[in-house]
Amino acid sequence: MKPMRLHVNGVALWSGLLPGWDAARRILRGEAAAPAQPATRPAPELLPANERRRAPDTVSVALEVALAACRHAELPPASLPSVFSSMHGDLAITDYMCGTMASSPLLVSPTRFHNSVHNAAAGYWTIAAECTRPYTALSAGELSFGAGLLECCVQAVSGDEDVLLVAYDIDARGPLAAVAGSKHLLGAGLIVGPRRGTHALAQFDLQPETGDGLVASTAQAGNAALVAGNSTESCLPFMEALALGGSRELLCLATPQLGLRIRMRDA
Amino acid sequence: MPPLSITAFTATCAAGLGRAALLEALSTGRTGLRTNDFGRSPLPTFIGRVTGVEDAPLPPQFHDYECRNNRLAWLGLAHDGFLQAVARARARYGADRVALVLGTSTSSIGATEEAYSRLTPAGEFPEDLRYQAVHTPHSTGEFLQRSLGLRNVAVTVATACSSSAKAFAQGARLLQLGIADAVVVGGVDSLCDSVLFGFNSLQLISAEPCRPFDAARSGINIGEAAAFALLEREGAGPRLLGHGESSDAHHMSTPHPSGRGARLAMTEALTRAGVAASDVDYINLHGTASLKNDEIEAQAVAEFFPAHTHASSTKGWTGHTLGAAGALEAVITLLTLESGVRPGNLNSRNLDAACGPQIRLGNDRGLVRVAMSNSFGFGGSNCVLLFAAAP
Repeated sequence: MKPMRLHVNGVALWSGLLPGWDAARRILRGEAAAPAQPATRPAPELLPANERRRAPDTVSVALEVALAACRHAELPPASLPSVFSSMHGDLAITDYMCGTMASSPLLVSPTRFHNSVHNAAAGYWTIAAECTRPYTALSAGELSFGAGLLECCVQAVSGDEDVLLVAYDIDARGPLAAVAGSKHLLGAGLIVGPRRGTHALAQFDLQPETGDGLVASTAQAGNAALVAGNSTESCLPFMEALALGGSRELLCLATPQLGLRIRMRDA
Repeated sequence: MPPLSITAFTATCAAGLGRAALLEALSTGRTGLRTNDFGRSPLPTFIGRVTGVEDAPLPPQFHDYECRNNRLAWLGLAHDGFLQAVARARARYGADRVALVLGTSTSSIGATEEAYSRLTPAGEFPEDLRYQAVHTPHSTGEFLQRSLGLRNVAVTVATACSSSAKAFAQGARLLQLGIADAVVVGGVDSLCDSVLFGFNSLQLISAEPCRPFDAARSGINIGEAAAFALLEREGAGPRLLGHGESSDAHHMSTPHPSGRGARLAMTEALTRAGVAASDVDYINLHGTASLKNDEIEAQAVAEFFPAHTHASSTKGWTGHTLGAAGALEAVITLLTLESGVRPGNLNSRNLDAACGPQIRLGNDRGLVRVAMSNSFGFGGSNCVLLFAAAP
């Protein structure tokens, strides 16, 4: 197949040490230092004030970057189909659900149960954004970002429209943390489309390639360390390439045997 | 969209292991529901439990994937020549060109629940459950990719009860763009405490066998299933004509009061397929037997479709198999296209006043050329699939 040609029409990033795209871009370019004290958690504007505090961490970080990406692109949130990708979903709620099942299953909270679905963040996004366009919620282990990016590009080409990608994971809690070791909050947002948008940052050609022993591109060591340990950290090489600008080639994995060869240049 | 070929399909659920058993159950009105006997303190409800999952271990090389969900997946692959069909696709196109899109809601969470119930005195997972492979949503997707020997896209869709219907849509896009030449799509969800007690906390569980669209329905029964289809651009078999996806944008666990998302998804599926509502001979409804879903879905169907369309929910046979429901009910829909057996609403006695003439109590038989399957999930995620009989 010939490569898919796409444009990055919006971007967002949030982690404790990369709190928002403008700060993240300067930090990833080496033009500013990461904050001495990591930010704890974003407060997504799209949620009413009383829900901001109560929202699960996954919802909080996903809605923050989803809205920021739409603002960057100056596109109405209600207009976009979306792809949400996360290796684990909400690990804090998984810990709660499994702990409650072991101790007192009849007392499980109905709200925390319906928030336990992998598509909770996507569901809250479409509710808050009043968006009736389709979303999907994916997982592909540690390569969930690559799998999400590929599905986002596939939808952008097949639907001939801009598509929002939101990739996120949070920290593991309780006994589960020993086997599902994800640390801190990380969310990345992209708006990818078949045409150059008003605020496009870059364009890229994406070509899938299969093989054994594929090795994904890595971010600069200092940058990689800023998000290390989070299950969505595989987004960083792509996000770093956007921050650095210029012509860049990277290999992002969607499965251990399926790489996405990405040739990126400025918009 | 150009129709896609479904060159193989199979389902394993409480109503039967494999297509022949499932069709026999549908034809004769034999339910797969039974008194809840799952777990340490079973709630008073009925469930759609697949017999024999406990006794069907995975091949030893997949020991790290051992859990109920993956056992059910493995059991499900064993029927209707499905493994052989995948092997043929792998040989024809190469493993690099065969993708997997797997829908699930809770995946192997049952293994994580078990680990929490057997923590060591130090509060750690027991030794035998201390591997990451089963404590993450992609567990079954990864297991299937490895056990089927596939090397293209391999991804898990987890949008609650629409998951494995959306797997068909996603698989169709991979074929359309030439990312893959064949796609294994499917859904696997297995019984676990989280869903039984979780739906119970929402007061959605029925103490009796579920009665979809009955005026006196009292909620859902949870079931489990593994169902798969092999999609290709060409080949013998029934056709996937179209798919429609939408969001309710209303509430996490309650459908939009006027069925906004359901209507959008049905409209999009019909448009994409180039089919008129009057061409649809059978609809497999989402029909969970919850008060809200059935009322809203019945109203939407009454407005959209002519009286000759036969519509029903088959959850009275299988229970609500959650993330597997889309694929399971796609297979049931394909069976109606093949056999002409149009199921009614098993266990239901008096239809809700919201039902139009489309929704039937009893089975009948007739020519089914075009059929639809509806799947609506928590988080307002909707997916509608349209199929046609083999040409």
